[in-house]
Amino acid sequence: MALQSLDIKRRSATTTPPPGVRKTVELAKLIDISKCIGCKACQAACMEWNDLRDEVGTTTGVYDNPRDLNEKTWTLMRYAEVEPERGKLEWLIRKDGCMHCADPGCLKACPAPGAVIQYSNGIVDFHEENCIGCGYCVTGCPFNIPRLSREDSKVYKCTLCSDRVAAGLEPACVKTCPTGAILFGTKEDMLHHAAGRVTDLKSRGFAKAGIYDPQGVGGTHVLYVLQHADKPDLYCGLPSDPSIGPMVSLWKGAVKPLTSLAFGMIAAGAFFHYVIKGPNRVSEEIEKELEP
Amino acid sequence: MKNDSQYISRFTAAERVNHWLVALSFILLALSGLVFFHPAFYPLNQLFGGGVWTRILHPLLGVLLMVSFGLMFVRFREFNRITATDKEWLRHAREMVAGDDRNMPEADKFNAGQKVLFWLLVACMVLLLLSGIVIWRAYFSFLFPLVVIRLASVIHAAAGAGMIALIMGHIYMSIWTKESTDAMLYGQVRRAWAKQHHAAWFRQITGGGK
Ligand code: HEM
Ligand code: SF4
Repeated sequence: MALQSLDIKRRSATTTPPPGVRKTVELAKLIDISKCIGCKACQAACMEWNDLRDEVGTTTGVYDNPRDLNEKTWTLMRYAEVEPERGKLEWLIRKDGCMHCADPGCLKACPAPGAVIQYSNGIVDFHEENCIGCGYCVTGCPFNIPRLSREDSKVYKCTLCSDRVAAGLEPACVKTCPTGAILFGTKEDMLHHAAGRVTDLKSRGFAKAGIYDPQGVGGTHVLYVLQHADKPDLYCGLPSDPSIGPMVSLWKGAVKPLTSLAFGMIAAGAFFHYVIKGPNRVSEEIEKELEP
Repeated sequence: MKNDSQYISRFTAAERVNHWLVALSFILLALSGLVFFHPAFYPLNQLFGGGVWTRILHPLLGVLLMVSFGLMFVRFREFNRITATDKEWLRHAREMVAGDDRNMPEADKFNAGQKVLFWLLVACMVLLLLSGIVIWRAYFSFLFPLVVIRLASVIHAAAGAGMIALIMGHIYMSIWTKESTDAMLYGQVRRAWAKQHHAAWFRQITGGGK
């Protein structure tokens, strides 16, 4: 989604500062899993606001439908039936989608200038008109979120309703949630509210309740309240310590500009070798010997 | 085509066409690959019709290089066996670069430096092919788990950069060593050139005589 903005914090494949004269407060969406009833109103609202209609899929025996995120499904309810303690069945329902990392792996990996944008409010957005379809963001994302469309070879994911937020509205999923499980506001307020929820959950026997704001990616702008914060994996494989791993850091790190410099040095070295040593010609001796 | 006795034949027409097909596809691959490598090179995408076209064309050019390089490998493999003399040559390589070739042992059709280059290029090519397939999103990436794709991304970037550096060296050597480009363009070299740069090969071709 492209909106003219003066509050860009980071821009993919760009080595000079992006337009950032306007600073906005950091925002966040808080998903309180303990309040979610799995009604999928948010999933429907996302489709509606973004005007996307995924194909009608088939039932595979679980509530998850479609089975995975895709270019037309930017948020997906995932249902886990787990027994954190023996004999205590729990239905843990997680609204999956982009986490809007402070240190986004997609933005770091993207080779196309301006295809991934991070606003100063924390939203990480794809500008599809600049996307070249290489899929590097998919390789870079620690949460396995972006999806490359088979039809147009562009990547799509949750925008945190950057268009609505820019106009002072809350994201569509937040507006729709009937139980108030999804909230939206400044990150500070959301963390404050979440802390209160955690205290409440602890008093109700969830000793390991906590906030999911993983520091490995610099924190996120989508937060969860988890009943079992010690085991995020229970929630359909939510990573326990996500980060831009060593492989992606190496791939996208300082080695690349240094290698580019090395190319220049090889060229300069060759040129000066020629200037200093002169060409490598056949010696006079051999020329005379073999003169016809 | 010259046939007078001053010249001897070094590369057949098929070998030359093969070499220049490899060269052409390699240069296009290097230029298009660099587009994804670092933002400094991103403007090169204009040579290929924009970023999306570069992304589409690069792997297809890779297939062209694979085929032409594969053929060249089969053709030149025999001439690139590393011998004891080659190891001796490599020990004196520094003197050669410094412009003093008096201590250089006699070189075959290819000298030891060229042979080492050949095998390094073969290694890069294999790595680039295997990793290139893994990161080819349009057709193959869905077959591989994420860790493999990440590893392949690192390998592809490293092998690509390594190969570009090797070829830069290769091109400079052909400029530095006068008349060597003629061999690949026209197929013939002067007898004196052959004796100067590839004495063992020269003796073998001419039966030890002049
Ligand atoms: C052998 C067959 C090859 C295949 C199938 C292949 C495929 C690919 C693919 C799929 C990409 C990702 C961008 C895209 O989707 O277009 C890529 C990137 C790249 N390729 Fe190749 N390629 C091959 C050969 C080469 C060669 C010979 C070079 C040498 C110059 C090269 C250099 C690069 C570079 C530098 C990148 C960017 C890597 C990065 O920074 O991540 N490739 N290649
Ligand atoms: S969750 Fe993935 S797609 Fe979203 S900002 Fe983080 S790295 Fe990017």
